[in-house]
Amino acid sequence: MTNIVNITIDGKKYKAQKGKNLVNVAKENGLYIPTLCHFREVDPPLGTCRICTVEVDGKTTSGCTTKVYEGMNVEINNPELLNTRKAIIEMLFAEGNHFCPSCEKSGNCDMQNLGYDMGITVSRFPHVYSKKLVDFTSDRMIMESNRCILCKRCVEEIKTKDGKDVFSFVKRGVGTRVQIDYEEEAKLTDEEALYAMSICPVGAILVKGIAYEQPFGKRKYDKGGNSKQVLINEKLKRKSKDGKFVVATTSLAGCFGCHMSLLDINTELLDVLEIVEFNKSPLTDIKKFSKQCDIGLVEGGCANSENIEVLKEFRKKCDILVVFGECAIMGGIPAMRNFISLKECLEEAYINGLTTELGANVIPNHEDIPKMLDKVYPCNEIVKVDYFIPGCPPNANHIWKVIKNILLEEEYSITHEEFKYD
Amino acid sequence: MDRTHLLNELWQYQLKFGFISDKAISRISKKLNVSIVEIESVITFYHFFHQKPTGEYIIYLNNSIISDIKGYEAVKAAFEKETGCTFNEDGDKEFSLFDTSCIGMSDQEPAALINFLPFTDLTPNKVKHIIASLKNGENLEDLASKTKSKIQYHPEGEKAIIFRPYEMGKSIEEGLKFTPEEIVNKISKAKLLGLGGAFFPVGYKWNSCKNNEADTKYIICNADEGEPGTFKDRALFQYLPGLVIEGMILAGYATGAKEGIIYLRAEYQYFKDKIEDVLSVFRKANLLGENILGVKDFDFEIRIQLGAGSYVCGAASALIESLEGRRGEPPVRFWSATKHGFRHKPTVVNNVETLAYASRIIELGEDHFLSMGTEESPGTKLLSISGDVAKPGIYEIEFGTSIIDLLGIEMSQATSPYFIQVSGPSGECVNNTEFNRRICKEDIMCGGSFMVFNRTRDILNILRNFMEFFKEESCGVCTPCRAGNYILTEKVKKMQRGLSSQEDIEEIKQWGKIIKLSSRCGLGKSSPNSLIYAVDKFKDYFNLKIPPTNEFLNVEFDMEDAVQEFDSFIKDTQT
Repeated sequence: MTNIVNITIDGKKYKAQKGKNLVNVAKENGLYIPTLCHFREVDPPLGTCRICTVEVDGKTTSGCTTKVYEGMNVEINNPELLNTRKAIIEMLFAEGNHFCPSCEKSGNCDMQNLGYDMGITVSRFPHVYSKKLVDFTSDRMIMESNRCILCKRCVEEIKTKDGKDVFSFVKRGVGTRVQIDYEEEAKLTDEEALYAMSICPVGAILVKGIAYEQPFGKRKYDKGGNSKQVLINEKLKRKSKDGKFVVATTSLAGCFGCHMSLLDINTELLDVLEIVEFNKSPLTDIKKFSKQCDIGLVEGGCANSENIEVLKEFRKKCDILVVFGECAIMGGIPAMRNFISLKECLEEAYINGLTTELGANVIPNHEDIPKMLDKVYPCNEIVKVDYFIPGCPPNANHIWKVIKNILLEEEYSITHEEFKYD
Repeated sequence: MDRTHLLNELWQYQLKFGFISDKAISRISKKLNVSIVEIESVITFYHFFHQKPTGEYIIYLNNSIISDIKGYEAVKAAFEKETGCTFNEDGDKEFSLFDTSCIGMSDQEPAALINFLPFTDLTPNKVKHIIASLKNGENLEDLASKTKSKIQYHPEGEKAIIFRPYEMGKSIEEGLKFTPEEIVNKISKAKLLGLGGAFFPVGYKWNSCKNNEADTKYIICNADEGEPGTFKDRALFQYLPGLVIEGMILAGYATGAKEGIIYLRAEYQYFKDKIEDVLSVFRKANLLGENILGVKDFDFEIRIQLGAGSYVCGAASALIESLEGRRGEPPVRFWSATKHGFRHKPTVVNNVETLAYASRIIELGEDHFLSMGTEESPGTKLLSISGDVAKPGIYEIEFGTSIIDLLGIEMSQATSPYFIQVSGPSGECVNNTEFNRRICKEDIMCGGSFMVFNRTRDILNILRNFMEFFKEESCGVCTPCRAGNYILTEKVKKMQRGLSSQEDIEEIKQWGKIIKLSSRCGLGKSSPNSLIYAVDKFKDYFNLKIPPTNEFLNVEFDMEDAVQEFDSFIKDTQT
């Protein structure tokens, strides 16, 4: 038959229907090319996210915009492509405000899932802290442009009965965002509105009132996890005989939730204490470093000048610096103030807020009080960080396993159940 | 209403009222039977369309790097002081001020457009005078500058191809002696390349359009000259508009197209009427219209379509989108334009300069063209030279001319050249060890922009200007170009503040490569070029900018800067 073509993907030969989209051909043959914008075969393809970047006959291009032809040679998984793909996801994380713990779509989010999938713990790109429009104008929908990744799915797919666009791109460059046409949106049925929310690969399009209907833990990408308990390795015990490993911990601009999680291994903690000695840490209430430590564990980002000093001291006094929790890695909840000027924040908190005393007009300041920074910074924008443990909070077993494996200098692969941002 | 008229419709409102009101948008959306937001999506894509009222005089000041080194900051401050308005805000009843990307005036910077009339070689004093005169009610047209660029160099006598005497209709008369097939062969034989910057073989394009059967075909003249630093297409239209038009007519004859469109960038609309005049002269001489010069069934008409301020529309595929009344996003296509282009019909999109050369090749014969230049790139090329040179302007040079010759006493007379940007921000920078490189296909190609910077210019400032340009002009559709260029801009800014390490240099190269690999169109694929080249080619400069690496602490954090906001706020509350 003439419309069957022979193609090579990553060195293996396959047969496929001529002219079919490469991402779909790969999928039919059990090969996975990650994508975000591609949700079904549309013509022309959207080709916006560029995550499906592959190499076709030595030239890089996006898989979703490539039609298969006789004799084509495709590479999906060489190291450069894997790195490029990961980088694009990281770019999306850095460009928008993706705070999974406070996002309605967490667990149903395609981008979050790709993040897990590619083992992203931190974005190599500095966070931009986007200040785009959050549009509540429509009676039924919310458009959170800071989460939008401009995949164009909604623009392509959601139309009124007479074929008019409901969503459209406006502006250009970094300012590009999706705008709702309120008049046309009102014409959609409730099912169509829900469909719009469900095809959004992130939490940008939300239907008011039902965003939390599906409980966390039972969502599309949630897996019921039975995490195993930490077993202290015999090898580790022997190694530490001549002296315990010294660990220091601190919480900067965080909620101490990550520290609570540290204690969540219950009685296993006693085993941990056999090989680990805590130095400066809120767990021991030791305020000052008394010696050089093997590992420093830091929770929280930097919101004030004291945070910066403590973090820098940790970097100096700890051979290996591990930051854990979302706040330390990308600023987390405290970083939500990054979209508002510091002045406004302070006035709201101390002068104009509903709970402030009548006539209050003083914003606390003294040479002994740390100064607030202009915004909340993730730890890796201040000092070099050796390891990142994402999660809000990270699973207790996960934290201790990472530490154990660092001390043992062993490679450690993370199970999906333990590895969650939210 | 036909969607292809959308840009013109929007222009009518913009020029008449200074903005496009919600009412107007609603009216247009009904006419086209599309949603309101779809019209808004087009309006907000183009720089020169406004949705909020603007002043009687809209001033667009060029913020390109050449403008910057020639005194942009002072001129900008003068405009703000004299008008009492702030840049990039809505302005008042009288004035609105906006920054804009290169307006094709690099030999006369700083330059601005006031209601789309050019004002060049601006100084704070000149600005003061202009604004005072406008407030006095003087006529804007009388105040505007003459903008013809100086033709600083062309080969002697017979050797000049473009800048030699022009006789209207000569190349068409000559061309009609041949069959369309023969015309295409002549162009192919002359190895003419697309001179807008992509250097795609023109003969191949024409031939492919010719061979694609269709009832209608189009010839589009790409006059969306947006690459910062180039102004040769403007000069061509001002000196030799007929030559360009004849190129279009010949392309029509060769391919069987009967309709030509000049996509003129909005920045050049002050000579739109002059081109219209030339077109009427052509019509009167039966060089346009029906049965041209008595050749039966050889019909050809040309109209002008105004762009609306978008760099990416200079790319053929985005230009066609724009012509069809949409956002100028380079589309995902499985066809070339010569098969399914404008209105899905076979279309040739050629740059202004390319069409002018096509005319001359037919007029003078391909052998004359082939006798000059290099093996792979025969003939001559127009360059727009600007920056730190004594003689900025237009140069017609033979392909194969070396950079050192271009900088020398015979030509532009550069003063201690240090950083040369060939082909604009999307091109390549050249340091002084490479001055013997030659402008030709075999070595380094140049689309037209040739910017010279001397030793006193700060390289990071140049690069930042380039990155800000791409950040602004990216269409925003694909991730690497939209987010990547933003992230690289922030990186350059950080380096400017002295907060960088060797790691930043490595990251620029790695991140730039990712953007180049994965972007959707030429803009993203070339935007990090200058930055990547510069960190390697100007190592000495960058070494001075980078402090010795500190083993533990990232040196990039500026505590003083981070607490400055708090300090000043507290200070305010205490006084």
